[in-house]
Amino acid sequence: MRLFSTLLIGLSSGAIYSLMALALVLVWRSTRVVNFAQAGQAIASTYIGYLVISRTDNYWLALPVALVAGALIGALVDVALIRTLNKRVKSGPAAEMAPVIVTLGLLGLIRSTVGMIWGGDLKAYKAPVTNHGFTFGTTTIPFSPYNLLIVITAVIVMAVFSIIFQKTNLGLSLRAAAFQPEIARLAGVRVDLVRTIGWAFAGGAGAVAGVLVTPSNSLSPNSLDLLLVLGFVGAVIGGLESLLGAAIGGVVLGIGLAFILEYVSTSLAFPSAFIVLILVLLIKPSGILGKKGGRGA
Amino acid sequence: MSLIIENLTVRHGAITAIDSLSFRVNERELAAVIGANGAGKTTLLRTLSGLNEPIGGSVTWHGESILHTKPEDLVRRGILHVSDGKTVIPELSVKENLALGGLWRKDKKDVVVATDEVIDLFPRLGERLTQSADTLSGGERQMLAIGRALISRPKLLLLDEPSLGLAPLIIDQIFQTLDSLRHKLGLTVVLVEQNAMSALGIADTGIIINLGKLVTVGKSNDLKSDPNLRAAYLGY
Repeated sequence: MRLFSTLLIGLSSGAIYSLMALALVLVWRSTRVVNFAQAGQAIASTYIGYLVISRTDNYWLALPVALVAGALIGALVDVALIRTLNKRVKSGPAAEMAPVIVTLGLLGLIRSTVGMIWGGDLKAYKAPVTNHGFTFGTTTIPFSPYNLLIVITAVIVMAVFSIIFQKTNLGLSLRAAAFQPEIARLAGVRVDLVRTIGWAFAGGAGAVAGVLVTPSNSLSPNSLDLLLVLGFVGAVIGGLESLLGAAIGGVVLGIGLAFILEYVSTSLAFPSAFIVLILVLLIKPSGILGKKGGRGA
Repeated sequence: MSLIIENLTVRHGAITAIDSLSFRVNERELAAVIGANGAGKTTLLRTLSGLNEPIGGSVTWHGESILHTKPEDLVRRGILHVSDGKTVIPELSVKENLALGGLWRKDKKDVVVATDEVIDLFPRLGERLTQSADTLSGGERQMLAIGRALISRPKLLLLDEPSLGLAPLIIDQIFQTLDSLRHKLGLTVVLVEQNAMSALGIADTGIIINLGKLVTVGKSNDLKSDPNLRAAYLGY
């Protein structure tokens, strides 16, 4: 029972890491930018969700509002900053570094703005269903109806993403623009627009991750920083290029951490995430799904 | 109604890749641009398709300028560039690569018709629709790249070294297909080639360039038999 319940808890936290990993991979593979600002975009969207919850007490309204806000913020970051930057700095070391530095700066900027608007104190909101674990006979396991809800929501978001990417014209444009932007343009794909849509999808996924994780933690301007790091580890485990890899990488990380927390030591859990990150990069940089090219669905 | 290039100049940093180049290609004509490696052939095509920005000169197609326009907008005006090397997207299936050519088009019925025509023309693509484009041979990739362009219903086709890296037999096949296609569809074609003999074999006009400058323009038959040109630029 302990084994099974640890697995379930890992699945639930892993689902959230997967969403963040997905957000990072979407931006990385279309724009070649490691988007540190993703944590900032997600925190801003989560605060907007918090605003809705504190006014209406309705989690189910807050989630879509945060998702849309996250998508709009993502699109805005691309149009206002990244696209302009790419036009102005076209080659040399600055062209590779500048966007990453800008996202790092943006993360700080968004966090302090959020702090100025909502204050730096911890906020909390309740889960829409109970966060007390399921009870079987006399045993209560840590896995709760809310954890189940997290898994279901994450699966729905990923299923929608997978349908969009694999079955629609927009998805084909998104993949073509990410893999070979020049050939995509020569085939008529409006690559700039399609990239912005990719940033919007990423922003939406990050926002959902933020709203899902907050009832278990609390909300403050930097409360999603750890999630960004874990999302990044998940993305690296999955090979950085593949959406499916990001989903699997996040879940693998979540389950791994849950087992270390439960069976080894709580103080070792997060350091071990970084050990995993380094080991994957040293041993199999293309990730667990990676082939030689490492690119896929 | 033609493609008119006047005093076109393109720079890569300190290097002048295209140096006040002028020539014209009439509608429904096939012009072969011949020159050695580094002559500026690829730069020329990239400038015509909007990938490179020139620093001077003008290019008009059907009387309207096509410079300083995005490639994706030129595609909507019927100008399709089949670039050399990685002309297909290896991460996508053959079917998806073809579908890209019709994504932007509003007339979806005609996209279906055009796709069927391409599969009739290149049955080997039809047999490999669900395979990843990565698994195709060089010749099949070239067919896929040309097929994708045809689904966009091009009027002006810009082809960069379709013979590159292909076996002689496949080269003959590709050139024969090109020749019959352009007559059938009434295409205007600018064909850039190092393989001068094959290119001039199907071209109306030959344009020889060297170090970004025009050497000579002439009917391809005349160029083929000019002994000086043969020795200096045509390599046979």
